[in-house]
Amino acid sequence: MMIDFMTLRADFPLLQQKNRGKPLVYLDSGATNQKPQSVIDAMNQYYISDNANIHRGVYELSERATYQYEKVRHDIKEFINAAHTEEIIFTAGTTAGINLVAQSYGRSKLKVLDEIIVSAMEHHSNIVPWQLLAEQVGANLRVVPITDNGEMDLEAYEKLFTARTKIVAIAHASNALGTINPLKQMIQIAHAHNVPVLVDGAQAFPHMPVDVQDLDCDFYTFSSHKAYGPTGVGVLYGKQKLLEKMPPYQGGGDMIESVTFARTTYSKLPFKFEAGTPNISGVIGFGAAIRYLQQVGMQNIAVHEAELLAYATQQLVTIPGLKIIGTAAEKVGVISFVLDGVHPHDIGTILDDHGIAVRAGHHCAMPVMERFNVPATVRASFGLYNTHADIDALVSGLKDVLRLFK
Amino acid sequence: MSGLRELYQEVIIDHSRQPRNFGVLLDANHHKEGFNPLCGDKLKLYVVEKNGVIEKMQFEGSGCAISVASASLMTEVMRGKTRAEVEAIFNDFHQLVTHGHNADVESRLGKLAVLAGVAEYPARVKCATLAWHTLKAAIADDPQAVSTE
Ligand SMILES: Cc1ncc(COP(=O)(O)O)c(C=O)c1O
Repeated sequence: MMIDFMTLRADFPLLQQKNRGKPLVYLDSGATNQKPQSVIDAMNQYYISDNANIHRGVYELSERATYQYEKVRHDIKEFINAAHTEEIIFTAGTTAGINLVAQSYGRSKLKVLDEIIVSAMEHHSNIVPWQLLAEQVGANLRVVPITDNGEMDLEAYEKLFTARTKIVAIAHASNALGTINPLKQMIQIAHAHNVPVLVDGAQAFPHMPVDVQDLDCDFYTFSSHKAYGPTGVGVLYGKQKLLEKMPPYQGGGDMIESVTFARTTYSKLPFKFEAGTPNISGVIGFGAAIRYLQQVGMQNIAVHEAELLAYATQQLVTIPGLKIIGTAAEKVGVISFVLDGVHPHDIGTILDDHGIAVRAGHHCAMPVMERFNVPATVRASFGLYNTHADIDALVSGLKDVLRLFK
Repeated sequence: MSGLRELYQEVIIDHSRQPRNFGVLLDANHHKEGFNPLCGDKLKLYVVEKNGVIEKMQFEGSGCAISVASASLMTEVMRGKTRAEVEAIFNDFHQLVTHGHNADVESRLGKLAVLAGVAEYPARVKCATLAWHTLKAAIADDPQAVSTE
């Protein structure tokens, strides 16, 4: 089906506004993206007509809320092609999913001197939870280096495995460089060493079809708010046989079967990992976002964003003194760059004056900045609603930066 | 003048390109590091103080145009000032970059008034004040590194 991406823009009410008096050009979808009307409506509708606590009421209202919440779990299972609905655990976001695995799986499996493999292109949220775990159990972090164009150094990766390697945690796509990693290959290598792999899918899930069985990853985690849904919700996918053996992460209501002071037994999956009243309206909003993505089609989105990336790359390199950081062969719609003699923060302020929202900073990936020897970069990142006109505005804004700093 | 043209006026661009009093001061009796974790701005400030008077001040580091220009202008203005004067200028400067144009404050601040445009960009106040907080900590001999977070 052909999708006219120009018309999709109208689905996003926020994009109709102005920024500093100019039409808003939103190029920070990597941080969080804007929400279609259908997501906003679904959340409103839930509070207007269906709000009740789930999994406990005997009355119709609670059954309706429970049904809607559980239907989203089922829809996500289908969307990422998980084998079982119980493998979909609702969390507060990508960060929460990684911490869950580090503390539940990691703490029960890792011992002193064991090793955790992460890469040099990880977001802080896929580094710090592993450092905390490493401190708790006396394990060590091993870091996969990245090449000059921002790709994973696969040869070095393979050499990092030892008999002590217990888990690999890598991004599907890098938020600072845009690189899409060769996941299937990396997972096969890890599995050949009997090591499970957690994938940080925050920057990939909203931009391409994801099939967890095809990838054969052991855990895959992502955030709703980067995928056109509300903040405060995310998913951890885990293989059933791993999740079943893992101890609970947080204790509370909903995650127990019976509680006495002598002994508490835990619920089955997925509820074992969903202590307390969850973000029900958020999950329902995320469900609406998934429906929206299905209507547009992930393959269509991937093609549209790849085309935007190619156009943007081609336009940006014409700007004197501009250098793109992260030039991997396979990228999502993320362009990080620096400009000779102008600090990224100044560029961000000047672009803001043109109505353009970009990110300027270290993008929660300080090791990446260090690797490329820059204090910070400017990052333009795309969503399905971006167009060539947005990129033209960015280029014209950057020309104004050059004029000011001539 | 638009907000942006005011913020990035020539004096500021000039000081950011060619910062005055740039480099290490070996005879400094106070020095201090300042860091703005949000944008990665980093600077080291060196102060020679004799008998309660700032005799010389230099800095080194890297950062955005606003933070470097502000540091550069500060080192010029502070030469020969007493601690009480430093305190008064600090307070005026803070008032200027957080609240914007004010004829009295600007007349007292002299050339530092070029930074008034920062007030329109709240996200940039930390850039403009990094060197200043670092100075305050340096002469208080506060052992902690300064961070604007
Ligand atoms: C690659 C990557 N991982 C993890 C995260 C953290 O996501 P969240 O803040 O939604 O938990 C982000 C968000 O910026 C990201 O880009």
